[in-house]
Amino acid sequence: MTIAPTSSSTTSPSSRWARFRSSYLLYSFKRDWIAQVCFAVFVLLVAAAILAPWLASMNPYDLAQIRILDSELPPFWIDGSDPQYLLGTDAQGRDLLSTILYGARVSLIIGFGAVMLQALLGVTFGLLAGYLGGRVDAFLMRMADIQLSFSTLMVAIIVGAVIKATFGGAVYSEYAVFILVLIIGLAEWPQYARTVRASVLAERSKEYVDAARVMGFRAKRIMFRHILPNTLSPIFVISTVQIANAIISEAALSFLGLGMPETQPSLGSLIKSGFDYLQSGSWWITLIPGAVLIVLVLVINLLGDWLRDVMNPRLYKG
Amino acid sequence: MSKVRQQPQYPQESESAQAGDTLLQVRGLEKRFPLSGDFLEQLRFEGGKLKRRQAFVHAINGVDIDVKRGETLCVVGESGCGKSTVARMVMGLLHPTAGEIRYDDRRIDHLSARQLLPYRRRMQMIFQNPYASLNPRMSIQQTLEEPLRFHHPDWSRQQILDKIGEVMVSVGIDPEWGKRFGHEFSGGQRQRIAIARALAVEPEFIVADEPISALDVSIQAQVLNLLMDAQERHHLTYLFITHDLAVVEHFGTRVVVMYLGRVCEVAETRTLFDRPRHPYTQALMSAIPRLDDDGPAHIKLPGEVPTPVNLPSGCVFHGRCPHANDRCRHEIPQLIETQGSQVACHAIEEGRL
Repeated sequence: MTIAPTSSSTTSPSSRWARFRSSYLLYSFKRDWIAQVCFAVFVLLVAAAILAPWLASMNPYDLAQIRILDSELPPFWIDGSDPQYLLGTDAQGRDLLSTILYGARVSLIIGFGAVMLQALLGVTFGLLAGYLGGRVDAFLMRMADIQLSFSTLMVAIIVGAVIKATFGGAVYSEYAVFILVLIIGLAEWPQYARTVRASVLAERSKEYVDAARVMGFRAKRIMFRHILPNTLSPIFVISTVQIANAIISEAALSFLGLGMPETQPSLGSLIKSGFDYLQSGSWWITLIPGAVLIVLVLVINLLGDWLRDVMNPRLYKG
Repeated sequence: MSKVRQQPQYPQESESAQAGDTLLQVRGLEKRFPLSGDFLEQLRFEGGKLKRRQAFVHAINGVDIDVKRGETLCVVGESGCGKSTVARMVMGLLHPTAGEIRYDDRRIDHLSARQLLPYRRRMQMIFQNPYASLNPRMSIQQTLEEPLRFHHPDWSRQQILDKIGEVMVSVGIDPEWGKRFGHEFSGGQRQRIAIARALAVEPEFIVADEPISALDVSIQAQVLNLLMDAQERHHLTYLFITHDLAVVEHFGTRVVVMYLGRVCEVAETRTLFDRPRHPYTQALMSAIPRLDDDGPAHIKLPGEVPTPVNLPSGCVFHGRCPHANDRCRHEIPQLIETQGSQVACHAIEEGRL
């Protein structure tokens, strides 16, 4: 029997799309209105943050556009508001809506960036610990234990303070986004490492891994090509939670004055900058960015919950 | 290797002159698994003193096996007797605690992964559970393609595709199904795919670890026939782990009977079924259900298989053996040649049985 060469072509994108359309993921999404609302709000917030330079009425980073005389104007539904500033202005006369859009952008960049770094470190260490076992496992997991025994904020505060003291405030402000990504990314990798290790231990005992070893594949190939794709669902689930955590951590750090500088505020530093004016009646500077932060984190967490229920069959209707 | 099924060869002949005929040689193989955790967990307070206590599961306790070119050597025994552990050590998935494994007259048990690579193509394994032995995230095409690309980096894409098509046809799987994933197939089809994966790299020796015991009875015969066809076509040698004696009778050239990590008896299939010598083999054979079974003459063994953590002294079978005497309780019997089979039993050596 001869075989036509076309008979064994690899999976085409169209069939991948077809598989997605018939997947349980989509089915469950269509039936869960909370997930739909959360997804819509999340997409809206992300889109608004990405499109901030086009949506915002002014650029809060541009000092030339800021008028200090317009500071502390209230939002539109309160007497004394300026229709130019829909949500009012902050203490420096920046349009609050524009600043929130730019701030959400910074928060999301730090959140995603930190989670990517966490995932990179955590997945690599988790795979190594779970697959190689023995001393490597013991060493990496004790490292993770030590790391977890410090709170994220404490590590971040110490590292942030050291960097600030070494290189000076100007350098810190300039590279604040990268430094925050680095700090939050380094502080939280054990979450990933532990989750990945647990699923690697479960996968490693399956016979397809033995089959790959019998084929003579090297450890790297088995870890990344065979085991990793089978541990993706817990990684996805933990990523959603971790993005929310990273955004909160960044906000907390900014609130403590170790995060984003005043000149390029994130949601956290915006909350902080308004905090001083809370008592004097200008509550909107703190509360409106705070509400945006809460909605963003809540939406991500609810999506993460939904994803966990879908991807872990043992928790169906749990 | 012109013949697939070799004429009966009695162990006496093969031991001496025909070393080149032996493909796989296992000598004094031992494997124990630590039971007592890491160092801190091994410390115990006893009589006011801190003592280090280690416990082991003695899975394999000195196994000698020869696999000859072109034969099907079946390893039988009840659950937990170490059949699968032997198979996994032969394939390098586990490292032996002691003893040596020689393949084609070269020692392979201490080689590194890189040094083992040339042997990976020559020896392959088929696993018990076809539901776990295919990677759920890879299509059949990818599953078969990866080993070929890995072992033949110089092959063109067309060569690889041709080879995949060839092995798929040879195991009775339509090459059109390459895009599908493992979970879209039945157990028997998955096992065919697993066999195709092993055959794709053109091995000469295949270790099959209970390849049909997870399958529906109606499918078992198909897969067994497929394995026999493949043996004939590719001149394969099998080390076949099973607990199904009917399969052994149908399929095996020679049989190794194991009990508690030791070999009790090695014999030609016919010899073993006609005249089992070792008391354990006799009990095992008497347990096969037969159509003419009016008054079953099952040999009932008293007690249970002892725990492999604290091995019995002497012969591992002495506690359940009706013929055991004092020597059996103290001295470990070695395999001796007797009337066409090798038996590890003092009673047979002494002529008591």
